[in-house]
Amino acid sequence: MKVLAAMSGGVDSSVAAARMVDAGHEVTGVHLALSKASSIPGSRGCCTLDDARDARRVADRLDIPFYVWDLSEKFAQEVMDNFLAEYQLGNTPNPCLRCNEKIKFLALLERALALGFDAVATGHYAQVVDGPHGKELHRAVDPEKDQSYVLGMLEGWQLDHSLFPLGADTKDQVRAEAEVRGLLTARKPDSHDICFIPDGDTAGFLRRRLGDNPGEISDVETGVVIAEHDGAFGYTIGQRRGLDLKVPAADGRPRYVVDIDIQERKVFVGPPGLLDVDQIIAVRPTWANQPVGAEPVACNAQVRAHGTPVRASARVEQSVLVVDLHETIRGLATGQGVVIYDGTRVIGSATIESTRRVVCE
Amino acid sequence: MTERSYLDHAATTRMLPQAQQRWLEVSSLMGNPSSLHDSGRRARRIVEEARESIAADLRTRPSAVIFTSGGTEADNLAVKGLFWLGETQGRNGVIASSIEHHAVLDPVKWLGEHEGARVHWAAVDAAGRVDPSDIESALAAHEVALCTVMWANNEVGTVQPVAALAALCRSYGVPFHTDAVQVLGQLPMDLGELGAAAVTVSGHKVGGPFGVGALIVDPDLKLTPVLHGGGHEREIRSGTLDAAGVAAFAVAVREAVSHQGRFAAEMMDLRNDLISRVLLEVPAAQLNGEPNLDGPDRLPANAHFTFAGCEGDALLLLLDAAGIDCSTGSACTAGIPEPSHVLLAMGAEPQASRGSLRFSLGRETTKSDVDHLLDVLPAAVDRARRAGSVRSRS
Repeated sequence: MKVLAAMSGGVDSSVAAARMVDAGHEVTGVHLALSKASSIPGSRGCCTLDDARDARRVADRLDIPFYVWDLSEKFAQEVMDNFLAEYQLGNTPNPCLRCNEKIKFLALLERALALGFDAVATGHYAQVVDGPHGKELHRAVDPEKDQSYVLGMLEGWQLDHSLFPLGADTKDQVRAEAEVRGLLTARKPDSHDICFIPDGDTAGFLRRRLGDNPGEISDVETGVVIAEHDGAFGYTIGQRRGLDLKVPAADGRPRYVVDIDIQERKVFVGPPGLLDVDQIIAVRPTWANQPVGAEPVACNAQVRAHGTPVRASARVEQSVLVVDLHETIRGLATGQGVVIYDGTRVIGSATIESTRRVVCE
Repeated sequence: MTERSYLDHAATTRMLPQAQQRWLEVSSLMGNPSSLHDSGRRARRIVEEARESIAADLRTRPSAVIFTSGGTEADNLAVKGLFWLGETQGRNGVIASSIEHHAVLDPVKWLGEHEGARVHWAAVDAAGRVDPSDIESALAAHEVALCTVMWANNEVGTVQPVAALAALCRSYGVPFHTDAVQVLGQLPMDLGELGAAAVTVSGHKVGGPFGVGALIVDPDLKLTPVLHGGGHEREIRSGTLDAAGVAAFAVAVREAVSHQGRFAAEMMDLRNDLISRVLLEVPAAQLNGEPNLDGPDRLPANAHFTFAGCEGDALLLLLDAAGIDCSTGSACTAGIPEPSHVLLAMGAEPQASRGSLRFSLGRETTKSDVDHLLDVLPAAVDRARRAGSVRSRS
């Protein structure tokens, strides 16, 4: 097969590309330049000049053609602008998920197919296996590294052309293999931050881009204003740290962000019990192959990249995914993705639009 | 592995065997050309013979030849050195064409941003040629420290009226610099007749080694150095002289200049064949630059096309896989293709300018390379167009 290996310059995509070469595929390496702004010395995103160089050097080592593709405009539009717009709507977007959806497995994949490649290989930890209804996406063997959640939006046609050569291994095995292969990325640290916010200060990034937007923080139970904030964008439902509340709660217990009103620039805090959610309403569902219909199906629902899945049943009503949770989930922000699984198999995913709290405010 | 056809000689070309041999001979000698002992004198003699050889080939004086590390350094030295010299005389204007190589473009921009230069960017027409009357009005309107217009453009191959520009600048008492990196070996070069204040040439474009070039500069002009140090090269360019490099460079210049006429005629035949076949066989291919292919206004080995609806880098990938080495024209540090400033200055739409490729021929190019290109180009353009339309939709 003609395989396009997406090479971020990290250890995972390096080993993935190497395995594709070993498997006898005709492999071409591509590094995506996603954010021109992050090409600043010292920044630790996933697309710095250092990363581009590392990817190039691994490609040299593998003796495969290598190119840098500039998808920065599309990334700015589809991921960064969307990130800001979602925060302005009071949602908490997941830019990695969005990047997979719009950049890696759409813009890149479509371009690769059009240029005559049969598949795109990445260093994601997930597994594509043949099932009775076509290709299925499954969790990686390594639960610590499993990335099926951020790939949950992949549909059949995308799975048909996606290769995840690392899904059956642990991170430790991959690093050890990189050492044995002599790849210079073997000891590179994992990236955890959002690539366009390399310092990890999301609130600061939002403030710089969206401006100050000061308002009040009030106690949702008493209605008393207990603090001021610089901008409601910086807050996320379920957040406890960094609230800097001067007035202690009546019961002395910690308080959490339980609601945000972007229009009124108000942040509400309250006891954690208010955060418990037993139903999720999620929009724009996508299906790996078999769509869920009006008939509820038993599943496990996951709402964070490394969250614990909870037992649930899911159904679609008027093209909206309704997930009834059999155990409550605490602190669920709108804008995040919900991925539903049957065992290790991804059934589908959708974007959380609203939730039903167990205790009404 | 597919047999490769190298059609990127404007980027670099193979070092000539004679130049390689000369480099090996000299590199085995002991001695720093600046040392005062016998070994040093022997090294110095080699450098001076190379200087004289190059001066003779380019019809200039040996004292005009300042060796540098290549074209970029020579351009920087000319632009900054002449600007700072002019500044001491109360002149802070800079005239530059808008299609200069980055080695001129960026120093001029830098002078504008950091050194208070008043920059006039001379526009070009659709073929990429400057208008001398535009340059004349800029000369008349400002106290100009230098005017720089490349002899021929590296992307589209358009030759500029440099003799007229040099004469015009002389009449205003303004030093004229021209980057002749693409011209050496391709067109006749008589620097005495040209009468420019400074001319840039480079070694590796003519079969010499990488890392060596020269600024041919009027010895009466006391350029402000860019590299300060031991005072080599008339205190204009410090740094230990690379005797092996300049000796091999001189051999390559001798070869390039002595075979220029025959070489240019051969290249023009092959190139014209390439262009007519591409225009015939690739739908909606558009030739950029000077349209008269038999005249003196286009470099003989340059062909440059826009394939509307393609991304140049997609096309390059497909041709690369099919064994063709070519170029999208300009490259930047991370290898990210930018729309060419040359095509934009010539009035191209940014989107169209991204779908451009340069094929540049050289000493080793044969008809079979052109055949190879034409075997694979139509399908590659077709495929890249489909990929291009995908990209704009998603």
